[in-house]
Amino acid sequence: MVQSETTLVEPDVLRRVLSEALKRGGDFAEAFVEDRSATGITLDDRRVEELSSGREKGAGIRVVVGETTGFAHTADLSERGLLAAAEAAAAVARQRGGRAREVALTATPAAPSDVSVLPGSVAKARKVELLRQADDAARSASGAIVQVSAGYGDSRRRIQVANSDGLLTGDDQVRTRFRVSCVAAGDAGMQTGSESLGRTIGFELFERASVEEVAAEAARRALTKLSARPAPSGVVPVVIRRGSGGVLIHEACGHGLEADHIVKDSSVYTGRLGELVASPLVTLVDDGSFGDEWGRLAIDDEGRPGRRNVLIDKGVLTDYMWDELRARKAGRPSSGNGRRESYQHLPMVRMTNTFLTAGEDDPDDIVASTPHGVFVAHLGGGQVNTATGDFLFGTTEAYLIENGRITEPLRDANLIGNGPDVLARIDAVGNDFDMGGPGTCGKDGQSVPVGCGQPTLRVTGITFGGTAGG
Amino acid sequence: MAELVDLARAVAAEAAPGEEVEAFASRGRETSVRAFEGEVESLSSAESAGIGVRVVKDGRMGFAFAGALDEASAREALAEARDNAGYASEDPHAGLTGPDGVEAAGLDLWRESLAASSPEDKIALALELDRRTRAADRRIRQVVSADYSDALRESAVVTSKGIEAATRRTTCSLSVSAVAGEGEQTQTGYGYSVGRELADLDVGRAAGDAAERSTRMLGARKPLSQRLPVVLDRRVTATLLSIVAGTLSGEEVAKGRSLFAGRVGEEVAVGNLSLVDDPTDPAALGATPFDAEGLACRRNRLIEGGKLLGYLYDTHAGRVAGTPSTASAVRGGYRTTPGVGARAVLVEPGDLDAEEVMAVVGLGLFVQSVSGVHSGVNPVSGDFSVGAEGLMIRDGALAEPVREIAIASTLQRMLQHVLAIGSDLEWLPGSAAGLTLAIDDVSMSGS
Repeated sequence: MVQSETTLVEPDVLRRVLSEALKRGGDFAEAFVEDRSATGITLDDRRVEELSSGREKGAGIRVVVGETTGFAHTADLSERGLLAAAEAAAAVARQRGGRAREVALTATPAAPSDVSVLPGSVAKARKVELLRQADDAARSASGAIVQVSAGYGDSRRRIQVANSDGLLTGDDQVRTRFRVSCVAAGDAGMQTGSESLGRTIGFELFERASVEEVAAEAARRALTKLSARPAPSGVVPVVIRRGSGGVLIHEACGHGLEADHIVKDSSVYTGRLGELVASPLVTLVDDGSFGDEWGRLAIDDEGRPGRRNVLIDKGVLTDYMWDELRARKAGRPSSGNGRRESYQHLPMVRMTNTFLTAGEDDPDDIVASTPHGVFVAHLGGGQVNTATGDFLFGTTEAYLIENGRITEPLRDANLIGNGPDVLARIDAVGNDFDMGGPGTCGKDGQSVPVGCGQPTLRVTGITFGGTAGG
Repeated sequence: MAELVDLARAVAAEAAPGEEVEAFASRGRETSVRAFEGEVESLSSAESAGIGVRVVKDGRMGFAFAGALDEASAREALAEARDNAGYASEDPHAGLTGPDGVEAAGLDLWRESLAASSPEDKIALALELDRRTRAADRRIRQVVSADYSDALRESAVVTSKGIEAATRRTTCSLSVSAVAGEGEQTQTGYGYSVGRELADLDVGRAAGDAAERSTRMLGARKPLSQRLPVVLDRRVTATLLSIVAGTLSGEEVAKGRSLFAGRVGEEVAVGNLSLVDDPTDPAALGATPFDAEGLACRRNRLIEGGKLLGYLYDTHAGRVAGTPSTASAVRGGYRTTPGVGARAVLVEPGDLDAEEVMAVVGLGLFVQSVSGVHSGVNPVSGDFSVGAEGLMIRDGALAEPVREIAIASTLQRMLQHVLAIGSDLEWLPGSAAGLTLAIDDVSMSGS
């Protein structure tokens, strides 16, 4: 295992920076230090087009005074640079005339995920070779594959968090990912297919998974759609394959259970704790400590341990997701969901790995007992309006279900629904849970890595946005 | 800016024989204020700066960046980019551009008044936006966030082939998200105002738009599925145009990833539709004198009278196609390499105002906003399926609101089925201008 090192700034310096931040008073101050390096390689049109690498270091300082947060960041990690950022962040406390506070820090070690091979220690030529293998595998699937692009990416993000409660901790987050996208050409035009792989681990990812299989899956998806017919227009029953549709859960209720939406009364789930908000078959969990999934973290970006939080238990809403600021106001602990894109951003409530737990139904029976509907095998992105609960997500591989059998492929379309309504309409949940691929969740202009998962499930009716008459 | 140019020049001057080097240095200062329930929820001030370096040698390109502007970081990025180049495939078209003789438009995109304005003025604007949105209608139940934000950006690109270009610009914006409620129902609306200095910002309009868009959706129901003409709100048209412009990237065309590949000279749209990308128009928010490779931006005609004239190119895509760059290189900042993109796309306006466009349609759907564009529009196949909300048009006028619907067609069909083009052109945030646009024969999926 690789030794992690998360002391980016000496604790004594951080202590003085926090004291400076609270010089004019304030309820809470925090320093977040980050050192991130990343490598990205893209292959496109048979060529390794670009190998890019970079490193960024910096710190974000925030000061909370009453209802107001002041924030400033700097790329200068010297004591002088940090003190200047602390003073800028403290400007919000200027008029309040509060009293200075001294801060003492106590180190709390975190447990970063196990990494056996740091990507930075692997020769670039080896990474390039993976892309070539994927390109060959995708093109060998069929002569109809006319274009292939593939991407390799790794990142190492070391963070250190200190706050005026005395917390001092850190994490070393290593992520590795791989993706392949294909274009297939046929008589009726072109179609696309993609597949990706990603884990919060190092280069050992490629000992566990084969890039050829990722490529073959992307190619198969594009080829399948060459004979696809238009998706239906209107309300239809939908069966969603395990591990493909986590994004449905992420959009239908995940975002709506983030406490920042709750405290602003801009979520359909506000004030509904203890109520039945979904089918009794639904148990929803967000788990930052889950294996080496894409949203895994030892601590969140406020220094709180990632952990398993049950949000919906057998249909009943049991809790929301919390960051430090909202939890403080509500007089409860953070749930480890305070995250930020980088030191240049303020943290907010974010999901980690969000999933629906397995049920008891045989997935084959779920399809067989659906006389007419759509089988969704792979989903793209989604979006939600938390205040109304209206959400949508796109299909990238879907088929008609006719007489309980999966038949013809369908062209890509968006599905649209209302969160609580769709959750109530889940009438079958399979015993075949799986997580989906690596996801990127965007909120308020910030992107963070997240995981999604779910067993095979059926929604009795959801609006399909295709062009074929119902 | 001189400091950025000096640093970029010093890096480009390091080019060894047989090597081409480009340095892109940028610096930004940003302030943002969020108001909530009459208080300042957050005030952020930030400075960020960095350098991105491209090295081309023997037809191989490498890139590296650093989030700092000191010489040591720049040298490290240069060394790393050199190393990275060794692993790229040989590409006969790889290489940097030299000056092409086109003169840069004299655009003044920097407002000293914004650089000099105080945090107090910005806080006051956010608070006023929050207050005026709440006061705009008794049915406004919540103002989720009222935001002010601005950015002062400077950048310089210098290459060992003689390019030296520096730009700077200021932008500021107000945006507000309102929740309206009546009985059991909740609806949301978003309003904004953008400009280059505080005096450009219109608090009343941002507040009024958010209030109107949320309240007029109250009582919305899910309609029956049907095929009908749609009238796109200006914001929706701008979104659609950005997508269409993306499919006209010469890079995507060359790689066979555009539905318009191989169609130059064909009638790809109705006869009265003309599409232009013109970053030299100072009114466009995407305006800039130089592209990301340091060439002077120019007006590029893409579709004229329904006929496809050509594509957008950066240096590399142009070389692949055997044509000069159209100065359409864009980059997301110092962390990324340039790629092809539009900055200021517009459809030549027609002569009908929004009401007249609706009158032409008679019975249809007015689309106030769309969602799921990133998951529902495929630039290769042209499949188009997005979530929508809006109001029915009956007897040529806005009627009852409808929600939880999707609209679907293909980009190819939509361009061929444009019914009417509005005269109400307005530059919006992003890379396109909006105007009211009517499109026939779209599938609306409801119940």
